[in-house]
Amino acid sequence: MIELSNLTIGYGRRVLLGDVTATIPSGSLTALIGRNGTGKSTLLRAIAGIGAPYSGQISVGGTPVSGMSARQRAEAMAFVSTGRTRIPNLRCCDVVAIGRAPYTDWIGRMSAADRAIVERSLAAVGMESYAHRTMDRMSDGECQRVMIARALAQSTPVILLDEPTSFLDMPARYELCSLLSRLAHQEGKCILFSTHELDIALSLCDSVALIDPPRLHCLPAAEMRHSGLMERLFESATVCYDATTSTVSYRKIQKD
Amino acid sequence: MNSSRRPAPVLFLLLGALMLLLFVADLSFGAVSIPMADVWAALTGGDCPPMTARIVINIRLVKALVAMMAGAALSVSGLQMQTLFRNPLAGPYVLGISSGASLGVALFILGAPLIGAGGAVMTSLGVAGAAWLGAAAVLVVIALVGHRVKDIMVILILGMMFSSGVGAVVQILQYLSREESLKAFVIWTMGALGDVTLRQLAILAPSVAAGLLLSVLAIKPLNMLLFGEEYAVTMGLDIRRARALLFLSTTLLAGTVTAFCGPIGFIGLAMPHVTRMLMRDSDHRVLLPATMLTGASVLILCDIISKLFVLPVNAVTALLGIPIVVWVVLRNQSMTSR
Repeated sequence: MIELSNLTIGYGRRVLLGDVTATIPSGSLTALIGRNGTGKSTLLRAIAGIGAPYSGQISVGGTPVSGMSARQRAEAMAFVSTGRTRIPNLRCCDVVAIGRAPYTDWIGRMSAADRAIVERSLAAVGMESYAHRTMDRMSDGECQRVMIARALAQSTPVILLDEPTSFLDMPARYELCSLLSRLAHQEGKCILFSTHELDIALSLCDSVALIDPPRLHCLPAAEMRHSGLMERLFESATVCYDATTSTVSYRKIQKD
Repeated sequence: MNSSRRPAPVLFLLLGALMLLLFVADLSFGAVSIPMADVWAALTGGDCPPMTARIVINIRLVKALVAMMAGAALSVSGLQMQTLFRNPLAGPYVLGISSGASLGVALFILGAPLIGAGGAVMTSLGVAGAAWLGAAAVLVVIALVGHRVKDIMVILILGMMFSSGVGAVVQILQYLSREESLKAFVIWTMGALGDVTLRQLAILAPSVAAGLLLSVLAIKPLNMLLFGEEYAVTMGLDIRRARALLFLSTTLLAGTVTAFCGPIGFIGLAMPHVTRMLMRDSDHRVLLPATMLTGASVLILCDIISKLFVLPVNAVTALLGIPIVVWVVLRNQSMTSR
C-alpha cells in the first residue's frame, strides 16, 4: 500500500502536484494517467525514492520512504523504467537474478531459494523457456516481461512501472497489462504503472489515478470512466473523448 | 547466474596458460635472445652465465611483471568505466586521469626548468610522483563535482572537458619550454614499461594490488549498474559509495600505471570488449578476472613486439588495439544502441 499525504512534488521550480493526499491499495492494479509533462514519472520516481518531494510524505507499507535506507527501499518496492534495457551476453535468468541483489551477499552469490524465486518469477511472466537466451535477440515485449520478472524476483510488496507499454504493439500492450493485473491479484501486490493507454487504464485496471494538475484524483476505474474528469482533461479543439469506448479520437468537423 | 553450463573454467585455464607462456617468452626475447633453458635456470637459481641471470632477473623479469600488472590494471579500470558510464567507448582515461598525470609530468619536466628549478631533482621517481599527484588531483575534482551531480553522463562530459582543458595547459607548457625538456616529456607520453626500477616496483605492485582488490569488491555494484544507475539504486545500491569505490579503484589502477609507465592507450578500451566476446558473458564475476588475464597477456605481447621491432610501447598498443576496437564495433553493432 502506498500512502501519499500532503505531498507536493515538482520539477525544477515548477510544482506539478500540490498538497496531494491519496492511497494506492494492495492487491490491485492502478494506472497512473495524465497529459505529458504533468508529473507521472516524477511521482513514480518520488515514490521509488529516486527524487525527493518538495513537501509532504510518501509511505510504503506504513513506513515513510524518506526514512528508509537504500536496502529497505529495495525490499519495499521494485521499479521498472521506461527505457529499453538490453544487455548483450546476459541471459534472461541472469537479468532476473540481479533482482535478488538486496538479498545476496557481497559478490551476489545465489542460494537455492534465490534460484527458485528466479525460476518462479520467469514463469510468472511466461518467459521460463527464455531463461537461457540473451536479451539482444528478443522483441521489446519479451524484454519488458523479463524486466518485470526481475522486479518480481526482488520480492517487494510494491511494483512501480514507468510507461511499461510504450515500445509495445497493441496486442502486446493488452497482454502486458493483463499480466500486471493477474500479478496484482494473485500475488497480492500493489502495482502502480503510468500509461497513455486510456482504454487499458479504464478497462483492465482496478483503479485509476488521474493527474489533474496540481491535483491527483484516485478513483475505481468504473467511477473514473463517468466522472467527467476524463473529458475535461483529454478533450481539445481537435480531439474529443468518448466515454463508451474510453478512447480519444478526432472531432468530426461539422459541415454546413 | 550459474556459469557452470558454460566453458568458462576451460577458458580461464587457457587464458592463464597463455599469459604464463607470453610471460616466459617476454623473458626470453629482447636485445639479447636468451634460450628458454637459461631463462628457467636464471629464475630457479640453476646453472647459467651470471650475466644472463642478471639480465633475466633485474631487467626482464621486472619489465615483464610491470607489463603484466599494467595490462591487468588498465583493462580492469576500462571495464569499470565502460559499465559505470554504460558507454562502450569509455576507458581508464575518461575521467581525465591521463591528462591529470600528464599535467603533473608537464609541470615537473617542462614547468620546473621554466622557473629555474629542476636538474638534479628530475629523477624518474619524481616524474612518477608528479604524474600520480596530477591523476589524484583530477580524481578529487571529479569526485567533488560528481558528488553533487546526479546524472552520470554529466560526469562523463565533465571528465572529457576537463581533459581537453588540461591538455590545452600542457600545450602551453610545451610551447614555452626548451628543446631537451620537451623531448623528455614527449618520450614520457610514448609510454615505457622498462623505466620501472625494482624499488619503484615496490610501490607499483601494492598500489595495483589495492586497486584490483577494490575492483573485486565492486563486482556486485558493477553487475547492478549494467541496467543503469536508476535501476541499481532501486535495487538497493548506495550509488555514492559505489561511485567512490570505482573512482578510487580506477585512480589506483590507471593513475599508478600512468605515473610509472606513461599514458598507455587502447589496452583499457579494447580488452574489456575482447573479453566480453570471448567469455560471452556480461557478469562481472566472470568478466573481471578474465579481463585481468587478457589485459595482462596482451600488454606482455605488446612488450615483446616493441622489443622485437624497437618501437615505443604506446605505438604498439595503438596499432594492435585500434583494429580490435574497429572489429568489435563492426561485429557487434548493437553495442552502440543499447
